[in-house]
Amino acid sequence: MRANRWETLVVALLAAVTLAATFGVDGFANGSNVGFLFLDVTEIALMALTMTLVIVAAEIDLSVASTLGLCCAVLGSLWNAGLPIEAIMPICLLTGALAGALNGVLVTRLGLPSLAVTIGTFALYRGLAYVILGDQAVADLPPAYTSLATQAIGPIPLATLLVAVLAIGAGIVLHRTGLGRAIVALGSNEEAAYFAGIRVKRIKFWLFVASGAMAGLASLVFTFRYASARADNGIGLELAVVAAVLLGGVSIFGGRGTLPGVIAAVLLLAVVRNALILADVANEVLNFVTGLLLVASVLAPNLKVRLERKPVP
Amino acid sequence: MKRPIVLLAGLALLATACGGTTRSDVAAQQSAAPPASSAPAAADPNAPIKPGLKIAFLPKQVNNPYFTIADRDGVAAAKEFGGEGKEVGPSEASASSQVSYINTLIQQRQDAIVISANDPNAVVPALKQAMAAGIKVVSYDSDTAPDGRNVFVNQASAEDLGRTQVQLLAEQIGHKGKIAVLSATPNATNQNTWIEFMKDELTKPEYKDMELVKVAYGNDDDQKSFTETQGLLRSYPDLAGIISPTTVGIAAAARYLSDSDFKGKVKLTGLGTPNQLRAFVKDGTIEGFELWNPGDLGYLAGWAAAALASGQITGAAGEKFKAGKLGEYTVGAGGEVLLGKPTVFNAGNIDDFDF
Repeated sequence: MRANRWETLVVALLAAVTLAATFGVDGFANGSNVGFLFLDVTEIALMALTMTLVIVAAEIDLSVASTLGLCCAVLGSLWNAGLPIEAIMPICLLTGALAGALNGVLVTRLGLPSLAVTIGTFALYRGLAYVILGDQAVADLPPAYTSLATQAIGPIPLATLLVAVLAIGAGIVLHRTGLGRAIVALGSNEEAAYFAGIRVKRIKFWLFVASGAMAGLASLVFTFRYASARADNGIGLELAVVAAVLLGGVSIFGGRGTLPGVIAAVLLLAVVRNALILADVANEVLNFVTGLLLVASVLAPNLKVRLERKPVP
Repeated sequence: MKRPIVLLAGLALLATACGGTTRSDVAAQQSAAPPASSAPAAADPNAPIKPGLKIAFLPKQVNNPYFTIADRDGVAAAKEFGGEGKEVGPSEASASSQVSYINTLIQQRQDAIVISANDPNAVVPALKQAMAAGIKVVSYDSDTAPDGRNVFVNQASAEDLGRTQVQLLAEQIGHKGKIAVLSATPNATNQNTWIEFMKDELTKPEYKDMELVKVAYGNDDDQKSFTETQGLLRSYPDLAGIISPTTVGIAAAARYLSDSDFKGKVKLTGLGTPNQLRAFVKDGTIEGFELWNPGDLGYLAGWAAAALASGQITGAAGEKFKAGKLGEYTVGAGGEVLLGKPTVFNAGNIDDFDF
């Protein structure tokens, strides 16, 4: 793995923005704000971990936020039906995994493009969530779990520790195992990877399952954190997830990307947002700045390649 | 690879068998728990409004004309009592992004937050943190769960909405003739409550010459409401007036009437917004309709926030506070403050409103 200049840049930018916000924005470098900042990106960070693997494998999963909503709806309706929460939680993970498996089957067995498949299931899963729970909100969740979801050790929320553990796991898988090398290989050239003996379809299928299960896990954090299970939970999060992954330097064409880069990008987006809101910057400007960062992230690696090519001939 | 799935299913079964935390457990715990005995500090109705109060308005979403008006007048109220008001909020109406804003408002040490909740429950944990930090919380337009706020400024009571719509139509048709109601769905809670109050109002002697002949349902669908209006006039060609207590219904009915021979002869009233019905008021299809004034709603919420932050009220029933040009208000049961009777929009005033 060659040193990735873009990732270094994102980390540097994160450091610079954090430093600027610490001294320039009142209320930013405050224990409770930092804790909240971390807590606020939990679901995006979780789903970005598996999304990184999926995009490195040259696929995409746009149905993650809808899967999250579906799992929330399942949680809410089973809770209403009187099932114990400890039984519902694994069922939610299972629901997510099944939703991911359907994506996986459609992509690998039927050979459909994941962009089209997951735009379809994006609508399908959200629709199913509404069928299951309607426009009800389930809010009488056990306080033991809802308070656990917002609890913190010092300024670091427990949910952030969960993200950290899983991030390290995903990082090891991508950067230190044969499976990770296989994912990178099949992402850069599927045919070559296939002829090199990599079980392309099988790996891709399980990546979608993992992505779905992760959305299921994120649905648990989301539901407990907001103490509210609704069919519209997490609407629009898929774009935030994909945005963070791309800003983190993962190539949308697959085959390239690092987890530390993605984590830095998740934090960069969160810090920028938080600091700008604290500084009373209007929402429109906020979206504009986020958009600018994203365009830069897609543009910069491209420019780099062009610049590096020049001296060759 | 199949092992994790089996494991998950096993876990679910195990938890069900061993009996984990269920819904009834939580309900039992909560009823067993002693009621929160936080004796609120006594209100001092004569306390002066503190100077320089920072009041933040957090609507369901920004750039929504309804909230733009409400918050503009709320900020104007803050200026009147020497405070500093501002509107912040997400561009998409979601509960999770409102929570991010609540956190930043806590960091900014605002004196009060005025919120219209996208999800009445999801914002409560964050609002509780705000209240723990000494920030007063007022909900307006869309209430939160009661433990998430000090006071709810309610835009209109069901009773007022039901009765005033009958009064409005009665004036337009000279208290005489057959009338019909074009509602939303047969099981729409709001509409059904209003219709009950309409029926009750009609039993009064001044309406003895008016007869409610039918309640039709347009399902809050434009096309269905349109054909239901058509059907009403076919069945009752001598109909004097229609009340449509739903913004979708009244617009569809107005569209049908304006292109028919009944235009101006059959009176139409109900609940609608000025922007949606302006053309029909100008062309004479509608004489007048009603809704609460969102500007007054924001203005009152701003004053309620100031009264809370200055210690004039605590949110207990019976406390009184002054709300600038709107006069004196009393906190009702459950911490509710009622804005008052809805505003009637007609050719004379409709151009003063843009929402």
